[in-house]
Amino acid sequence: MDAILLQILNGLDKGSAFALIALGLTLIFGTLGVVNFAHGALFMIGAFCAVTLQRLLSLSYVTIDETRTDFLGNPLKVKTPYVESWFGPEFGQALIDWSVPLAILFAIPIMVGLGFLMERGLIKHFYKRPHADQILVTFGLAIVLQEIVKFIYGANPIPTPAPEAFSGSFDFGVLLGFDPNAIIYPYWRMIYFVFALIIIGAVFAFLRFTTFGMVVRAGMADRETVGLLGINIDKRFTIMFGVAAAVAGLAGVMYTPINSPNYHMGMDFLVLSFVVVVVGGMGSLPGAVLAGFLLGILESFASMNEVKSIFPGIDQIIIYLVAIVILLTRPRGLMGRKGVMEE
Amino acid sequence: MLGLNKRDTRFLLIVIALTLLTPFILQPFPEGSVLAQFNAGYPDLMQRIAIFGIFAIGFNILFGLTGYLSFGHAAFLGVGSYSVVWMYKLLDYNVLPGLVLAIITSGLFALAIGFLSLRRSGIYFSILTLAFAQMSFNLAYSVLTPITNGETGLQVYTSDPQYLMSEGEPITPHLFGLVMNESYKLNLGGWVFTFNIGYYFTAVIAILAFYLSLRIFRSPFGLMLRAVKSNQTRLNYTGLNARPYTLAAFVISGMYAGLAGGLLAAMDPLAGAERMQWTESGAVVIMTILGGAGTLMGPVLGAGFIKYLEKIFSKINENVLDGWFSFLPEPLREVVVWIFSRFTGEGWALTLGLMFMLVVIFLPGGLMEGGERIRNLIRRKKNKPGDGASPDGTPAE
Repeated sequence: MDAILLQILNGLDKGSAFALIALGLTLIFGTLGVVNFAHGALFMIGAFCAVTLQRLLSLSYVTIDETRTDFLGNPLKVKTPYVESWFGPEFGQALIDWSVPLAILFAIPIMVGLGFLMERGLIKHFYKRPHADQILVTFGLAIVLQEIVKFIYGANPIPTPAPEAFSGSFDFGVLLGFDPNAIIYPYWRMIYFVFALIIIGAVFAFLRFTTFGMVVRAGMADRETVGLLGINIDKRFTIMFGVAAAVAGLAGVMYTPINSPNYHMGMDFLVLSFVVVVVGGMGSLPGAVLAGFLLGILESFASMNEVKSIFPGIDQIIIYLVAIVILLTRPRGLMGRKGVMEE
Repeated sequence: MLGLNKRDTRFLLIVIALTLLTPFILQPFPEGSVLAQFNAGYPDLMQRIAIFGIFAIGFNILFGLTGYLSFGHAAFLGVGSYSVVWMYKLLDYNVLPGLVLAIITSGLFALAIGFLSLRRSGIYFSILTLAFAQMSFNLAYSVLTPITNGETGLQVYTSDPQYLMSEGEPITPHLFGLVMNESYKLNLGGWVFTFNIGYYFTAVIAILAFYLSLRIFRSPFGLMLRAVKSNQTRLNYTGLNARPYTLAAFVISGMYAGLAGGLLAAMDPLAGAERMQWTESGAVVIMTILGGAGTLMGPVLGAGFIKYLEKIFSKINENVLDGWFSFLPEPLREVVVWIFSRFTGEGWALTLGLMFMLVVIFLPGGLMEGGERIRNLIRRKKNKPGDGASPDGTPAE
């Protein structure tokens, strides 16, 4: 029992990342009808927003402390971050420590701006082109974004720790009456899961309960009629593209403490996220979220030693296997609508 | 000739001539000159261009004719490579049995994957093929290690049986004694031309592959595949089932990919799982689109173009650039070199991405369409503007 619970928990954080990326992909696909292969790159750029903020906050100046010497006997050079000298050592230290959560605020305007730029500058011209062209141009864009990040930040992963307060682990075992240490779960992964739920909830609430969201949903169902009613649906869809980019970016920001970001993390996630979207059903938002968590948890179960001893190598292929089985038995994925992408 | 009409025969003859003269064409600059770094007439590169040309020709039979975008063709490439290396291990270094086996196994593999994947179309088909290929890649790395040798990659060891190995036989890939990596160098004035056995072997196969694809394009079968692309619903209404045709196209293109993979192993007796990764599938998609999907010559051009630029661009480092711009004054030169070095050497992938985007945005028909447009432009200039001479509507091929 405790082993099963542990695997479910382990699957949640990866599942959250899948769900958030797949949600953004589906938003873009459902509104604009565009298959965005650059979505993984947006996730990666979000992660590098966190890296950038951490570097910005830790910018420091060097003073020479004459009273102390380093191991060579020279006067010791002391690095003091600017924020510490501006806001006092304690608050400055806390700012640096909390740079990953703070990067959420930093990343939102960047991601929304990037989303607008992408939609207005590039994707706008591809509405009337075949899906294959959309896939190809966004695939090219993904390569370009990835190479730019690689040029600025180098090819190696950059460790970006979570705040000190969340560095430990939580012992679920004691809470639920199992042995201590049976279910250890890092705090940050819990936070990631909760954060993902909040974002997903916010997006759904936004679409459900605001007038703007209502119009967008109407546009998703029948774009032409909404346009005929005198509503500028294109503008709203552009905003939704920005929202989708921000969702992917935030997923990336919060993911940095779990896995050190590198330039190809976007591509790694993209392939799986597309599988998630298709399993959930193209164009279905709840389907994307459901499939994201489902595949995350399944993958974590498949990596249990007990399972691996029966089906060797199953952990490597489980997601693809599930995708194949679902697509062949349920052509539109778990919750897909009829007539989407079936020309 | 050979069941082709006059125009196609001429076309085929031009292709044959170009392929056989490649060692000259890719070596236009004399040795030791400043421009010698743009020479590409060395065996490794020429062979790669021919191999990826075969890969792209095969991919084009599926994507160009039927419009089914497969993201999983790398799996067949890998299967081909593994088959050939296994034949080295079991029989001897003769490449022929391996290549035959590569075509057969990749064909069977494609039959299985295609049978399942072709039940869906559009993006569902792309994701299914991607899933199958990634599964094969992951399995080759982990569980199938006894067959694929996992991360190390499959290679021939001295302890392997090699039942057909006789005394004095070459211990590198060969075709009945013709060693693949042997070459003959011709010195002509300042020029050095290299004629490599491996390249010519690959080139002959590439010409055969091209001829076959030409026949398919012109055949009723090819016409049926085009019908699938233009309107599958209407095809169904006429009482025809499109599935057998698309499946046949999928298997044929899978066999082409297997052959290309096998030739890669004939070049270098190694096979690794990374050949099955989805980036490799992405590469063949890029080549085909860049050259021009659905045209005969496009994929080959695309493959050659990318492989050539890849080699040349990654060779150009900051020192080379410094040499080029040495005529500029100091501060300006540094800026120019810095900008250019972002796109060359390590930054080659950035150039590829940008180039690919530009082609998709402005030239959906690829390089072939670009050539066609230039030709039309010249023709229009010759016939005075406004005299009503319309460019003929034959598509570029």
